[in-house]
Amino acid sequence: MELDALLLSRLQFALTIGFHFLFPPLSIGLAWLVVIMEWRGWKRGDEDYVRAGKFFGKILGVTFAVGVATGIVMEFQFGTNWAQYSKFVGDIFGAPLAAEAIFAFFLESTFLGLYLFGRKKVSKGMHWFSALMVAVGSTLSAFWIIVANSWQQTPAGFEIRNGRAELTSFAEAAFNASTWPRFFHTFDACLVAGAFLVAGVSAYLVVKNNAVEVARKSLRLSLIFGLIVSLLALFPTGDWHAKQVARTQPEKFAAMEGLTKGKTRAPLVVFGNPKDRPPTLSFELGIPGVLSLLAFGDVSAYVPGIEDLRKEGHPTPPFVATFVSFHTMVGLGLLFILQSLLGVFLLCRKKLVDTHWYLKLLPWVIPLPLLACEFGWIVAEVGRQPWVVYRVLKTADAYSTNVTGGEVLFSIIMFGAIYAVLGALYVYTLARIVKRGPQSLTAEEVH
Amino acid sequence: MDLNTTWFLLIWVLLTGYAILDGFDLGVGVLHLFARDERERRIHTGAIGPFWDGNEVWLLTGAGALFAAFPVVYATVFSSFYLALMLLLFALICRAVSLEFRSQVDSPGWRRAWDWAFGLGSLIPAILFGVAIGNILRGIPIEADGRANVSFASLLNPYALLIGVLSLAMFTMHGAAFLAIKSEGDLQRRAARWVFGAWVVFVILYLSTFAATFYAAPFLFEGAFSRALFWVFLVILLLAAVYTFVANRAGKYLRSFLASSVSIASVMGLTAVCLFPRVVPSSLDLAHSLTVYNASSTPRTLTVMLIIALVGMPIVIAYSAYIYRVFAGKVVISQESY
Repeated sequence: MELDALLLSRLQFALTIGFHFLFPPLSIGLAWLVVIMEWRGWKRGDEDYVRAGKFFGKILGVTFAVGVATGIVMEFQFGTNWAQYSKFVGDIFGAPLAAEAIFAFFLESTFLGLYLFGRKKVSKGMHWFSALMVAVGSTLSAFWIIVANSWQQTPAGFEIRNGRAELTSFAEAAFNASTWPRFFHTFDACLVAGAFLVAGVSAYLVVKNNAVEVARKSLRLSLIFGLIVSLLALFPTGDWHAKQVARTQPEKFAAMEGLTKGKTRAPLVVFGNPKDRPPTLSFELGIPGVLSLLAFGDVSAYVPGIEDLRKEGHPTPPFVATFVSFHTMVGLGLLFILQSLLGVFLLCRKKLVDTHWYLKLLPWVIPLPLLACEFGWIVAEVGRQPWVVYRVLKTADAYSTNVTGGEVLFSIIMFGAIYAVLGALYVYTLARIVKRGPQSLTAEEVH
Repeated sequence: MDLNTTWFLLIWVLLTGYAILDGFDLGVGVLHLFARDERERRIHTGAIGPFWDGNEVWLLTGAGALFAAFPVVYATVFSSFYLALMLLLFALICRAVSLEFRSQVDSPGWRRAWDWAFGLGSLIPAILFGVAIGNILRGIPIEADGRANVSFASLLNPYALLIGVLSLAMFTMHGAAFLAIKSEGDLQRRAARWVFGAWVVFVILYLSTFAATFYAAPFLFEGAFSRALFWVFLVILLLAAVYTFVANRAGKYLRSFLASSVSIASVMGLTAVCLFPRVVPSSLDLAHSLTVYNASSTPRTLTVMLIIALVGMPIVIAYSAYIYRVFAGKVVISQESY
């Protein structure tokens, strides 16, 4: 049997990016929360916040290490599995990756070393600054990788010459139509992931009566922070991003919103049962006109559907995967708002630490923002198919023709095995750190 | 100097930076396999703890810059060396997580397992980098249309393996020199002996490689002998290698380490001078080789990238130097150590 190198390379990319993408959101979100904790610890001289910073800093260290390890794979894979792609887009796509390394990777890695090992070696201000640089670095990293990916979504600033995409304007390529909305939406989602991790862990510590003075403060901080960023994920960032997709990638928009036929007064589909081949939606529950209003600011605006776009000769993405992923992401997003709203409400009524059912629920919510990130990423990537660069290069024309299916199968099995072990070890290590709880500080660290 | 040559130079700088910086922590990782007890192992990991992560970024930046400046080289080499690179990634993943996981559980079996993961995760890359360089030097079968089909088995030829062992010896010497700076007493004396041992192997293997190149890839020396830079690097290598040995014997470990760094830079320099203007020679026909001109991005991209590099790298070097200063001195094991 001839193994299909293209299909296997796609599977491998999905597997490796899907696993990798669990860790950067946590690192970025955690890093910013640690910055806040360390700031309060330093400026208010509050020992509890220092302990919280140290404790969550340890989790950040482990998360970061797994993120780095799985991230190297991504940087290599464009060349190993997608050589045709790399040759075709290298003139444009390589620059943001290199910029990411120069402006972000060095910053975060170097200062993480100082943050984790340098508490007693530098001043408190410098130590806080090192945490800040980790947060800034990881955010810049997100920025540059989204610049690169956004160019695949809404390519700009190039011309097809000499059989490849050649740069005509770096500014137009980097700041293409989808860069900013996608960056802010993704960055905000990372903050949600960080906030719910801190909230879940803190709630667990409160219930277990472990370092309660510390955990109460980090719980309070993370719930308020979590509410703000959960709201921002919906509006303005989510709304902005959706409007941009409607304008720039109508196929993806029609698939994610479940619009099979183009309509004026298009409905916002809240629920439906989607089927592929051909794309159809049954048991549809929608609010008339709202989609037109949200997408184009006018209830009677026309929104093209999948069938119309196909008739115009535009291939459309897998319908079920895009529709289901999008609706799950939105559903989870709404859940995060409710969850954190309830927490903040209890906090205001001063009942939070006594409401044990709520505290016991919080640790179970930790994985959900990551799930939402994954679904969001699936919408972005599957919704772009069959293109690897939207309306420029098809995924089927992008893989390495000189790598055999057998070789890719081997590497998939290898990555599958390592990532399974890595995932299990990560959860195990995290559980151990959490069970140990925030350690008491030595006298030297307090003063 | 034209833009393409400038980028050849810049990528050389990044890869040389990687070889010098990650070189010492790979070397310490290899020596980690020979540590006697837990205290020594913690000195090993403590010595490189704050640095290794940042050091590895030099490789990522090198790969990213290669992608941006010479996309055809990036695509051809990475897809041709597929299984070897997968093995490299496997090793780098094990290495990256082993230090974090190792310190989390206080059980001898657990720690021993991660010691092996860390040691082998350092040993395999130290060899594979040499194997990769060796295969590039002797050329890969690039056809007229730019395609190259390379089997994994053909990568393991004697010439490439020789350079694989050479790079292992070079990084071990370098790592031992670093360890000698960071340690005291018995461990320091042993580190100095390791420097000596690895140095001897390095010198013998380098001379062998030099001789083998006349047979495996004679075209590398065509033109190279007439370049002044070739002789400059050769003389520096000679002086630096001798001084590494002399300073190590005199117990001046920082100087020995710096001389070892200069040796690595000269080895990388000689490699680059022999290759230029080719980046990847074709073993089928030298006319099909990838060069800095036929494999590069457009002048516009190279210019944008140059600006990014000239703005970014000085800042990187400044704060990296600061971090090395903060963590200068002997390793002290504390609560925060791995």
